This record gives sequence, structure tokens and C-alpha cells, in this order.
Amino acid sequence: MTAPGAQGNGGDEAPVDATGHSNAPAILVEGLHKSYGDVRAVDGIDLRVEVGECFGILGPNGAGKTTALEMIEGLRQPDGGSITVLGESPWPRNPRLLPRIGVQLQSAAFIDKLTAMEQLLVFTGIYDMPATRAADLLELVGLAGAGDTRADRLSGGQQQRLSTACALVGDPELVFLDEPSAGLDPSARRQLWDVVERIKGDGRTVVLTTHYMEEAEVLCDRVAIMDRGRVLAVDTPPGLVRGLNAPTRVMLPPSALGQSEARRIAGVTDVEVEVGALILITHEPAAVLSALARANLLDGLQIRSATLEDAFLDLTGRPLAEVEP
Amino acid sequence: MNGWRSLSVAMWRTFLRDRTSQFFYFLFPLMFLVLFGLLLGNSNLGKADLAVVGKGSIIDSIPTQVVNIKRYDTFEAAVKAVAKGDVPAAVTQSGNVVRFKFTAVDQVAAGTTRGLIEAVVGEANLQASGKPPTYSMEASQVENDSYKPIQFLTAGILSWGVAMAAAFGAAMNLVEWRKSQVLRRIRLAPVSTMSVVGARVGVSLLITLLQTLLFVGVAMTSPFGLKLTAQSWMIIPLVMAGTLAFMSIGTLVGSLVKTVEAASGAVNIIVLPMAFLSGAFFDTGVLPDWLQRITWVLPMKHMSSGILDVLVRNGEVTSALGHLLVLVGFALVLGLIAARFFNWEDA
Repeated sequence: MTAPGAQGNGGDEAPVDATGHSNAPAILVEGLHKSYGDVRAVDGIDLRVEVGECFGILGPNGAGKTTALEMIEGLRQPDGGSITVLGESPWPRNPRLLPRIGVQLQSAAFIDKLTAMEQLLVFTGIYDMPATRAADLLELVGLAGAGDTRADRLSGGQQQRLSTACALVGDPELVFLDEPSAGLDPSARRQLWDVVERIKGDGRTVVLTTHYMEEAEVLCDRVAIMDRGRVLAVDTPPGLVRGLNAPTRVMLPPSALGQSEARRIAGVTDVEVEVGALILITHEPAAVLSALARANLLDGLQIRSATLEDAFLDLTGRPLAEVEP
Repeated sequence: MNGWRSLSVAMWRTFLRDRTSQFFYFLFPLMFLVLFGLLLGNSNLGKADLAVVGKGSIIDSIPTQVVNIKRYDTFEAAVKAVAKGDVPAAVTQSGNVVRFKFTAVDQVAAGTTRGLIEAVVGEANLQASGKPPTYSMEASQVENDSYKPIQFLTAGILSWGVAMAAAFGAAMNLVEWRKSQVLRRIRLAPVSTMSVVGARVGVSLLITLLQTLLFVGVAMTSPFGLKLTAQSWMIIPLVMAGTLAFMSIGTLVGSLVKTVEAASGAVNIIVLPMAFLSGAFFDTGVLPDWLQRITWVLPMKHMSSGILDVLVRNGEVTSALGHLLVLVGFALVLGLIAARFFNWEDA
């Protein structure tokens, strides 16, 4: 089975793999841009999201992630470039595409005074799904006991999960999550991640935007790093970090070792002192750890390898998180 | 169809739990209906008072349907009452002389009663002269026999109530759903714009129907005594057209303003003065001519006139039909303008 080429692009026929299944991407974005007045919110980005993967767009607030996502979802008209979602164009409002995508909105967009169950029932009706699906979805997102609570009386974390449930009513092939754990405390965030894992398990394609590095690392197969309207790099989380050649930081309690002694350990390139920690900077963590083990200095030791935040810093010269989330 | 049904159910459920709206759409106009109905239904109101002292052929034949006779023992006491302002005039008869004392403060009441007494005196003189009268007068009532203020009132209050519910319902729903991004959720769902609009229209029409049943039903109970005519079924199409007209006003407001407070303010500014000018609370006959002419551009005036036509004036359905068409036309034109300004999103 071959799928038609990307719309409006004089595109090639989609490639087919050995089993005859189409390798057409779930989302193909080329040269997408949008400006608001003088500000280039999205400044010419290319993206390709494969079917079945969990694709993250990581960047600070104001990077243009939400605008880019809104254009891909078909909510905003691009100024230029092309977007193909599941082989269709999302703009203008495309009734063929709508049943196949699910969008989790950032805000608590719930109908006034309705309970969680009733919110879902509105959409099971619209998507022509049986009413029992509402109860199943509540179960899936861990809100089985909260069905009769008014949506505006749920906690922030519960509301986000209800929002996710609403996005899944139509059993979509492609799910968009915009900042799914914004404003959630760590435990609520973890619960949300569980839900996302369950969604991924069904073979759906998931696209999420986030400014939390940990979220991108834990959930995403591949991550695009975005800043100031541009995509700076796209790779798997380990891939993005590997390219950095960033050092490992070995952290010891300050009493463990003197600074000059620490510098003399083979493999240590630098030593930093922070409140409550002595940090050994090295590109040869194994050698340093062996030396410390031999000297019986492993108590209270912590290791921090390079993370996506380091990758971001490397790519942009700025830290990812300006404000503690 | 499923989308229309799901959204209608959702909107209706929201309304059932919205005590504030229920108060303003049902209880609030009902309070006015009952209050004004009891006040105006008491036909003693509006009649001028007249102090009468003693007996006599003239003063015994004063017609009591148009004046409230208040008896006083002495003429001095009656005149004092006039000076105090308790009554506008005092009358007594001794022999063939009728003495009439009136106040200059309440010229209308004084003039009315004076004219009345003079008419009685004149008639008595004519009878006494024995000459056949040269002129004659035929007087009869324009309205059908059961004419009562309750009919004006029902038409006016019903129109006002329907207009309020339709305009507020449309405006608030639109602004709230747009601000909270419910509209965005709906836009991303496979449901047509027509279904969304249709759901809102359906719910508003249902509310209108309930209002009509309530207000007309209460007006028909015994203290008010409204009687329906054979043409009264025409009220239904009229209030439905009125609902559409005011929904389009509400939708236009909702498309232009940003917050629910602004929406509420704007709808009030439009509907409340319109209610006054359209005669919901008082007879617009007291307004100057030029203003009365202007009120005919107001949809509420057409709604209440149309309802009045089929309640009171033995109107053929055709007279109300004209008002109906104006309402429908208004709904179409304003609806098109509202569609032009409509937005699924805030920014």
C-alpha cells in the first residue's frame, strides 16, 4: 500500500519498507514560519515525526513551540512553509483529519459546571463513540473515582489528566500534548508520565512540547531542541548529549578531600567548590571513580552526567530553565 | 446529529445548574409581572379622588367608575383636605348651586373632576330645560370586552424576559467558551459549526418556551385574569423569532467583547433601555411622538406589539405577521454581521 505524497509539494511517492508498509511520516513540516508583527515566532523550521514514535519539542518559554504546534494542529494559519499531518493538510479546518488526531490543551478547557464524566460524554457523542468509553478513559488516566466530581473542582493534576482523556476520546492515531505537566507538582507529573507511557504503548504517535528536560528525556524517543523560533538539533536524548563531549561531574561531600589533593587524581580536569559539595570535573569518570574507590572515598558520592540542559546550553549559550518550575 | 445532541445536552445541563441565570430569566421578570399586575389590576389606581359633602340631585349622579368618592362631614373639612393635598377637589350642593373647590397643584386631577362635574351639571340643565338635544355622541370601547392592563403587561414582560435570556445566553456562552478554550476543543473535534450554533439555538428556544408557559400561565390565574383569544397561538412563533433576533444581538456582542463582565454590561446597556422604550414597564403613549416613532426600530417593540395584537386587539393573525417578519429579518441581518465577526479563538 502506498500513501499519496505530501500535499501541495509535488512530493515523491512515500517509500515502502520490506513488509510493504508505508514509511510515510506522521508529520512532515518544511520551512514553516509565522510572524507576529516584527517578531518571528516560528522562523523556518523543518520537522519529521515518524508514525509510532514519541517526539518531543524541548525549549524555553517563548521558543515558539506552542505556535508551531498550533499550526500543525490546524489552529493557526502559517505565514509560509508546508505542513502534512497523516497525509493531509491541517489548514483550513480539515474534517477528514479531525477524527484522527487528539489534542490536549494547556488550559483547563472544560464546560462550566459539568462533572468529569459529563465532559467526556460530550465528546464520546461528538466522536460517535459508545458512552462506556468515557468510563474506560477515566480508568486509563487514573480518574475512575472522580467521575462525578465537577471538573473545575478537580486538582490541577487531575484536570491535566482529564484533559488528556478528552484528547483520547476519538481513539486518535496522533496525539498532541502541549506542556502536559506545566504547573504540576512532581508527584502529579509522574502520574501524568504514567498516562503518557500507556498512550505510547497503544502504538499511537505522540508529539509533546515541554520545557522540562527530565520530561523529554523520560518520555521521548527523539527530541527537537527549539529556541527563538528555530529548531537547533533533532536526535534521541542520548544522541543529543553524546555529541556534546560534556564532562561528568563527580560530587563529594566537602570534607572528603582537599582541593589540591582532588586535582592530583588522574583524570580530573578541574575542581569546583559549591555549598555542601566538592565537584570533580572529568572526561574519564571510570578512572576517577576507581581512584576514589581505592582511597575509600565513595561515601556520599553523586555523579551527574551531561543532560539535555547541557545540550541546550551548548547549542544556545543560554540555560534552558530561567525560572525554577 | 450526534454533535448537536451532545452539545445541547451539555448546554442544558450547565443551565440547569446555573441558579443565577434561572433567577434572572424566570423569577426576576415574574416578580415584575406579579408586582405590576397587582398594582395595575387594582382598577382604583389612576382614578382621581373627589371629596363629596352631603347629598343633592347633581352630586348623587356623579359616575363612580371614574372617580373615587371620599365622603366628608363638612365642606370646611373637605376644603382643608384639598389644601392639604389629600384630594384634588371638593364638591357639595345646596339647592341649585353646586360649589366646587379645586387645587392648582394637581391640574390634571382637578381638571378631570371639574370637567366631570360640569358635564353632570350640563346634562342636568339640559334635562331640566325640556328641549331635545341637538348633538349626540356614540362612545364605545376599542378593545375587546376583557381588556385589562394585564394584557399589556404580559406582552411587555414576556418580551423583555425572552430578550434577556436569549441575548445573555448567547453572549455569555460565547465569551466563556472562547476564553476557557472550550471553543478550541470543539473546533478540534469533528463537529460542524452548524451543530454548535444549532445546539445553542435549541437550548435558547427551549428556555423561551418555558418562560412563555410560566408568564402566560401566571397571568391567567385569578388575581390577573388574562384570557387567551383564538389567535393567541401566534405568541409562540413571535417569541421564537424574538429569541433568534436577540440571540443574534448576543452573539454579536459576544464576538466583539473580551470578558464576561464586558459582555454582561453590553447586553444590559442594550436590553434594559430597549425594554423601557418598548413599553415593557409602562405605556409608551406618554413618550413624545418623535420618540414613539423611533421605538419602531427596536425588535422588542415588535415582539411585544405582536403579542399584544393577538392578546388584546381582536387582531387578525396577519397584523402580528408583520411584526414577526421584522423580527426574522432582524435576526438574519444581525446574524450575518455576527458571523462576520465571530472567532473561535481569543487572539
